[in-house]
This record gives sequence, C-alpha cells and structure tokens, in this order.
Amino acid sequence: MSLDEIKIGGMGASRRRVEDNRFIRGKGNYVDDIVLPGMLHMEILRSPLAHARIKSIDTSKAWAIPGVRLVMTGEMMASRNLAWMPTLSYDTQAVLATDKVRFQGQEVACVIADDAYIAKDACEAIVVDYEPLPVVVNPIQAMAPGAPLIRDDKENQHDNVVFDWEVGDKDGTEKAFAQADVVSKLELHYPRSHPSPLETCGSIADFDRATSKLTVYMTTQAPHIIRAAVAMVAELPEHMIRIVSPDLGGGFGNKVPVYPGYVASILASILLERPVKWIEDKTGNLISTGFGRDVYLRGEMALRKDGKILGVRMHTDSDHGAFFSDAQPSKFKIGLMHSAFACYDIPAAHLTARGLYTNKAPGGVAYRCSFRVTEAMFFQERMVQAAADDLGMDQAEFRRLNFVRDEDFPHRTAFGFLTDSGQYAKCLDVGLEAIGYKDFLKQKEEAKKRGRLLGIGISTMTEPLGAGNSREYDILGIKMFDSAELRVHMSGKAILRTGAKSQGQGHETTWAQIVAHELGIPADDITVEEGDTDTAPFGMGTYASRSTPVAGAAVAMVSRKIRAKARKLAAHLLEVSEEDVEWELGRFYVRSSPDRGVTIQDCANAAYSNMPDGLEPGLENTAYYDPPNLTWPFACYIATVEVDPETGVWDVLNVVAVDDCGVRINPMIVEGQIMGGLTEAYAMASMQFITFDAEGNCVGSNYMDYLLPTAWETPGFELHEVVTPCPHHPIGAKGIGECATVGGPAAFVNAVMDALKGTGVRNIDMPLLPDRVYEAFTTRRDISGMPPVKTED
Amino acid sequence: MYPTRFNYESPKSIAEAIALLHQGGGEAKILAGGQSLVPMMRLRFAAPEMIVDINNIPGLDYLTVDADGTIHIGALCRHSDLEKSSLLMAHQPTMAAAAPVIADPIVRNRGTLVGSLCHADPQGDWSSVMMALGGIVVAQGPNGRRSIPAADFVKGPFQNMLAFDEIAIEAIVPAPKGIPNGGYLKLERRVGDFATAGVAVAVESSQGLIIRAGIGLTGVGGSTINATAAAQSLVGAPLTAGSIAHAADLAAQAAQPRSDHRGSASYKRQIVKTFVVRILSGVVESIERAA
Repeated sequence: MSLDEIKIGGMGASRRRVEDNRFIRGKGNYVDDIVLPGMLHMEILRSPLAHARIKSIDTSKAWAIPGVRLVMTGEMMASRNLAWMPTLSYDTQAVLATDKVRFQGQEVACVIADDAYIAKDACEAIVVDYEPLPVVVNPIQAMAPGAPLIRDDKENQHDNVVFDWEVGDKDGTEKAFAQADVVSKLELHYPRSHPSPLETCGSIADFDRATSKLTVYMTTQAPHIIRAAVAMVAELPEHMIRIVSPDLGGGFGNKVPVYPGYVASILASILLERPVKWIEDKTGNLISTGFGRDVYLRGEMALRKDGKILGVRMHTDSDHGAFFSDAQPSKFKIGLMHSAFACYDIPAAHLTARGLYTNKAPGGVAYRCSFRVTEAMFFQERMVQAAADDLGMDQAEFRRLNFVRDEDFPHRTAFGFLTDSGQYAKCLDVGLEAIGYKDFLKQKEEAKKRGRLLGIGISTMTEPLGAGNSREYDILGIKMFDSAELRVHMSGKAILRTGAKSQGQGHETTWAQIVAHELGIPADDITVEEGDTDTAPFGMGTYASRSTPVAGAAVAMVSRKIRAKARKLAAHLLEVSEEDVEWELGRFYVRSSPDRGVTIQDCANAAYSNMPDGLEPGLENTAYYDPPNLTWPFACYIATVEVDPETGVWDVLNVVAVDDCGVRINPMIVEGQIMGGLTEAYAMASMQFITFDAEGNCVGSNYMDYLLPTAWETPGFELHEVVTPCPHHPIGAKGIGECATVGGPAAFVNAVMDALKGTGVRNIDMPLLPDRVYEAFTTRRDISGMPPVKTED
Repeated sequence: MYPTRFNYESPKSIAEAIALLHQGGGEAKILAGGQSLVPMMRLRFAAPEMIVDINNIPGLDYLTVDADGTIHIGALCRHSDLEKSSLLMAHQPTMAAAAPVIADPIVRNRGTLVGSLCHADPQGDWSSVMMALGGIVVAQGPNGRRSIPAADFVKGPFQNMLAFDEIAIEAIVPAPKGIPNGGYLKLERRVGDFATAGVAVAVESSQGLIIRAGIGLTGVGGSTINATAAAQSLVGAPLTAGSIAHAADLAAQAAQPRSDHRGSASYKRQIVKTFVVRILSGVVESIERAA
C-alpha cells in the first residue's frame, strides 16, 4: 500500500519549519554567535562626507590605545594591491579609500583590537583631513554638463555614465505609436529602499598559517560566488578557502555582494594570524551596503481606441551610487527591467536604460526582487492604470482585454522573453470576486457623495524567477545553474546538501519534502545542510527566487537518480529483473505480484550490505540542474483604501492576493512568503525611503528614519491560489519568494490614485506619506521625487 | 552597541542619587527607562561619564489619585503602567488618550513619563499633555524639593529646568475644578515614529461652560508649544462649532513647524487644526452623551 504523502511530510504538506526549533529557542547559530580562540575585533571608520579628497590620515592616536593590534588604511591596502576589488558587475570598488571618498559611509580605515569597544574608540581617534568636493546626489545632477567626475580613478571614464543599454524593437515600436489612437504617458521615481535584514553583515576571517587555509564565516547568500571572488581578490587558491555561511538573520539580496568589511577582515587575519571578527552596526548596514531601487522611469503606451495596447516605450535613469556593484546577470545592465509588460500581449516594445554614478552608497541589489523586476512591474501596473483611465475604461477590463490568453502559451514577449504557462484571466476573476469588485465600485460612488474618498487598486503581473538558464544568465562568467547532493544512509535516513543558502526561506523544511515526494523517505528522516563550501556542491546561492526553480529542481533530480539506483537494488532483493519492478511512493514491488515489495529503506540497507555483483556500493549522488527557462508565476493583488481628505492619511480596507506559483511544496511557507512580501510592499508604498540632502548626507541611517512596518499598522491579507504547474520544472513549481514584494506596491498606490481620480492628480511617487497625498489632493498636482529632506517655508 | 566608557552607579535612595549627581558635577545622567538616553549613547551623541541608575530606588513607581482628583506619577512609573491604569481611564481622559500612543509597546514597557518630560524632546508626547493639563514637575536636589510648572519646565529643545544635581521625582496633575475632558491625537508615519504633529487638549466644564482649557502641541516647534491663546479662547463659554473652529485656527497659528521629510510647515498646521477640531468635537459628543 502506498504511503500517505502528507503524513510523511511530502509535497503539499504544511509541515512545520524544522529550523524554527532552534530559532524560537534562541539556539540559532549566527556569525556573531561564533567565538574562536584568540579572536580579535574589527571596526570600520566611515566617511562623514559624500565626496571629498583625502589629504591625510593620522592613525598615531589610534595605534597608541592599549589593545589596538592593527590599524589599516587605504594606503596600506594599496601596498598589497588590495585597495580596490572587483564588483559582481565588472566594475571596481574601493576596499578602503585611497584618493578620495565617494559616498557618506564609505570605508576609510579599519581598527583591529582586543575587543569591539577598544576598536570603536580607536576609530574615533583616527584623524582624517578631508577636502570637500562638489556632490552629486541624483542622476539628473550626474548627467548635467560640468558635473563633478566621481570615478576619476577609472581610465577613459570622462562622465558619470555607468552604461547605456537598450533592448527591444525600436522601429517596430515607432510604427506602433504612429498607428495609435491614444498615447498615454507616465513618469515616476521608484525610491531608494534598503533590504534591511535584522542581522547586519559580518564575517570572521580565520587564516591558519600552519595549513595555509583561510576559513571565513560570513553572512552571505551565495557562499560559492564569494569563494570565487575571494580567490580572485586575495590571490589564494580555491581549495585553500572555505566559506561558511551559518544561520542568516534575513538577507533579501543585501547579502549577495562582496563588501569591503569582508575583505578587510580577511587581510587582517592573514597579517595578524589570528581570527578577526567584524560585525557591522545597523547604521553601517543601512548607509553602506546594497540598497534597492532608486530608478527614474518614464514611458508611454500606444493604444487603440478599443483598448488594445499596440506598443510600449520605456526609459530608465538608474542611480547606482559610487561603484557599480549591482548583482545582476552580466548580460543585462539594468537587470530584467525588460520583463515589464510580460503578462500583456503587446506587439512592440523598446527600452533604453542609462545607469549613473552618484555620491551615494553602491550596490543596487535585487531587494527581494529578481533583478530590477520590482521597478519593471511597478511601472507596468501604474502605466496600465493610467492608460485605462485615459481611455475611460474599467481597469480590470482593460487588463483582461490585453492579457496573454491561456491558449497562447508559449508566448514570446515583445522584449524577447518566453513565458510558458498561466491562467491570467482566471487569477484576476478570483481576485475580483474575493474583493467584491462590483459592490465596491458602487460603495465608492455612494461614499463620494458624502465627501469620502474610497479607491481600489489592482496589480497583475507575471515575473521571471529562477535564473538561469546558463545560456543567458551568469554572474562574473559563472553560469547560473544549481546543485544538490543526496546521501542516503544505511538506515534509509539521509543528508541533503545544496548550492543554495536559506536565509529564512525554510529550505531545511521544504527540500526534505521534495525528497520525501520523490523517494518516500519521511521528511523528518532527512537532514538538510547548506552554506559550507567545503561540503556543499557548487551552487550560485539564494536570491532572485531561484532556490525552488533551480536548486529545488536539482533536489528532485538527485532524488530520481537515487531512485534509479534503488530500483536496481530492489530488483536484486526481489530476485526479478529491473523491468518487472514497479514504483509507488516509498516502495518497489513486483508488477505481477504487487504484494511482493521492498521499501526504499530496504534498498538503502542493501546498498551497503547486500549489493548485487557489479553494482557500485553506496546510495549517494549529485545533480547539477540547468533550467531550460525561467519560471513565470503570476499574481493578482487588489487593495481597497479610504483616504482622509483632511489629513491625507489612507487606511487600507482590504487586500486580496491571488498567487499562481505552480505546484506548492509547503503551502504554509508559501503563504508566509506572500504575507511577508505584501508587508514589504505596503511599507514601500506607504512609508519607506532613504534619501539624501544636497550635501549627500544619508537620511535613513537608522530605524527612526528608515521605517520598518510593524504588526500595528500592517493590514491583514486574504490569500487565494490558482495552480498552473510549470511545464519544465520537474515538480511543476515556480518561484514565489518575491512575487508579493514585486507586485504589491502598485496595488496600494493604484488604490490611492483611484481614490483621487477626478482631481487631476496622475501620480504621487512613493512613499505615499500622508502629507504628499494631502498636498496632491489639495493642490491638484502630481508629487514627484523623494520627500524633501529639509526646506524652510 | 558600543557607547563611550562610563561609570555605572546604582543608588538605593534618592539622597544617594542626588549625592552622586552632585559628585558628577554635570557629567552624570539619570537612567530611568533609558528609552531616549540609551539610543543617544549608542550613537555617541550622549557620552555621560556616569550613569546613575535609579531603578533600584524603592517607591518611585507609583501612580496614585488623591481624594480630590490630584494625580501623582512617580519617576519610575512606566508608560505601560499608565496605559493599563483604570484610574486614568476614570479620571483623566487626555492622559488616557495619550498613554496607548506613546512610542510602541516595547518602549512603553520601559520608558517613564517623568523621564520623557526631562528629556524635553519637542516631539515627546507627555510634555504637551502635561502642559495642556497644567501639570507640575517636582524636583529634588541637595537643598530639598521644589515644584516647577510643566509649562516652564521645558526650556528648549532637549533642555529642562533641572539643576545638574536635581532629580525629577514626580509629576503632578492638579485636581480638576470641573468635569475633565479632552483627548490626544497624533499623526505618525508608523507606530513608534516621532510625531509629525500631535495635539493634547484638556478642558474642564461646569454647567455647560468651559471653565479651564489647555492645549499643548507636539512636534511642531523647537520645543513643546503651549497654545495658550487657543485654550483661553474657549474659557467662559460653551463649546460650539464656531468656538471650536476659532480655537483650532489659533492653535494652528501658535504652531511653529518646520518643513521636513515628515511634511511641510503648512501641512503640519493643517494637522494641528484638524486635530483640535476632532478632539473638541469628541468632547461635545461626550458632554451630550452624559447629558
């Protein structure tokens, strides 16, 4: 009799997260929990200025403080050829500044001391003489004639342009616009935000002179990429580098790049031959590590009177800060921005993108978004609403009319992506039904008569999750596949390792469920381990919602390899030929005599104790998985709001989320991902931004200025699902980790804009703080850009 | 958190604490709830040489109401004690409205009302509440005790009237002469954020007339603002739509907000005006309900 898959914690089981056993007991093992014998502590001195020449650095007072072991400056790094390091986007970044500082918070010097207090005091004792330079804080200033040149360190860099890039069909798009009845336009800014994991970045470098081996415990979402980068920067051979990423307190993309602190701690450990711990403080994390977004987008849509979209044109000016250290696939300079409008059937599209250097922190990481798709989908859904309004069409009907239809898959988007599956109209219908669309429209009209402002916002999108395939996706030339290694012990228990790295996603729980699904081994019998480059198979790590699409597929594939070998063992045990053996969950049996069977555990035992002649002993294998395509989940998010016309405060009335991420491995974890994503979406729409004043001072360097939403103001979410299995993924799953963060913000913003419909206000840039909404409503004009930092009335 | 080096003292009596402050010569700081001081030490904006932790001094955590309605709040009475107090709910509607919106629940568990008054942050809620109520701060120093009206206690941003060797040991809300009413409204971007603007209104009524009124404004000036003209305009008359609108206009005029990332100056004035109207309209409703 076949096993009950739910009972063994297989696919579809809302199995409790096994990692929570240690987390809720305070027994997690984070980098800062690790204490090595003889360990020293490193602190970083950061630049107070956004752009300044370094005239001199006097470290004598720091050296004089008892307990100080080493003071490092850019000059010292330069003497070891380590003052600059390569970024993940083929640029260079200063490890410690030599010539000048290029953003507030940049690393200028490091102190290594017996404890962190001494190191901090010694940092304050370092005297740096700066000569301030003119500051560039946004792309417009960066492009202005005569703008200060930020990257004068680079040969042949004569302006602040990082890249000019384009994609799509320019001529075809022009033709589409020539045929348009209506052209709808929109311009907006997606503000700079920060992934802001609760655990900041940090490392413990431990160089052992006796073995020449460097071990680094590090907060990284991609240990193998880091190993490759460290090998390059530190000129150490790869087999002498071990990167260990222990429990991570969140990542959200922030822990993908290589940071100067990691490199400095490594050099310090090599020089001092002692372990060196560096734990960034919260301010350091917020002002210097990979941010998200900060893109100015404008575009237009060619429309036929009947509502058909004929073409789309987009342009982006993106602010990359002082160093281009985004973590995007090499080929795509502005990430997957051109995934915009993928769920709509649009004949022609063209995108131009310009990246700019500014005097701001570097590292446009994909904050819970698959390489800039957050900006793409936000623009898409704001544009779609504006177009529907311009045409005087119902926003839901306009979407339905232009959706790629179920029977049209596979569908090639105007920008060249291949989408393969989905039921877009069905998802929209489920959402409209759940929110009570028609009733709400009536309520809204009635409320309006009494001076109350109600609004409804829709956001529908499909996004490309799970890079690669290796044809198109690489980081620093390393192709974006992933891996899994499964070792089944004699008892039928197992250990699974993958090249991914959980930072809260629950891999220890869900990977075991995939193995349970494929092999019938109860999930509780499977240990999952990740993050140690000495033991894990090579993989590209966890970000861009790629774990389930890529590493998760590898888990299924390695399980199938194990099953294939187990079949041979079963045939041997049952004394029949392999062709006569049938499989049901957890058990092989003789086709002609179903009662005669052996369990997977019997096979595991035989692999070590009773293998047939000629069969290699053991039951272990590894699978590398290079996906044929990205996965394309679909989501429909709908929010209703009420705006207070006297204060501009808007309250969320209801939120409905319909997600189609294909087959769900652990529905509870999927729902958790969606709720977390919607919370972040609400935060970005309503309160979050990191801005800079004219001098380049960062506003948003702590949690009083950079607001994280709490349970108090976050609205409730009603979740629904539609399941369209991914046609090419071994278990039919699609990515889900980022959908709600990506698609959510437009639902909230569209809802507020809908409430203000008829006032002439076309756009309010995020965050929709009450004062901005009030100002738009009362002055009847758009509110653009970041909130002002300080202006006198 | 890596503050600068400091000495930590934990006195067991007020006299001992005062002696330590005196000995500190202006470089010592009192630690009560620590919800403002500790973050400032973390940022090294504050670098006291000595911390005088008063948490081990017995008998300072009281919240009492005298027979005549006078309220006494001890130096170690936490925001959460006030929030949960049925005494406040029964006796003091303005305080009862403010207590649940102070910072966030975690801060409320540690922070104290008296500490908040001493911190004198223009965005602190309790200062405007105590101003509206005509409250008093009792200070004790080497030469004994003195009472300082809340309206005078705040000298400027982050500056209070205490001498370096004085401790604020309690706050007092005087007994009402009429039926107390009022409220506190605050606009914040998120729970726990500093106020974009906040308004405290306290009125006392007798036989349908307002006999005492106070209005304090949070976050709309260099320090907490006592909107006396607005409050005085209400006294001696019943509350009407007209008198409410007039007081709201006067309160908005009294505000001295600056434009910043929480909103423009004119927006903050609009919020002050709207909140005065909303609180006083609520007062009218509750008076009507009672009648």
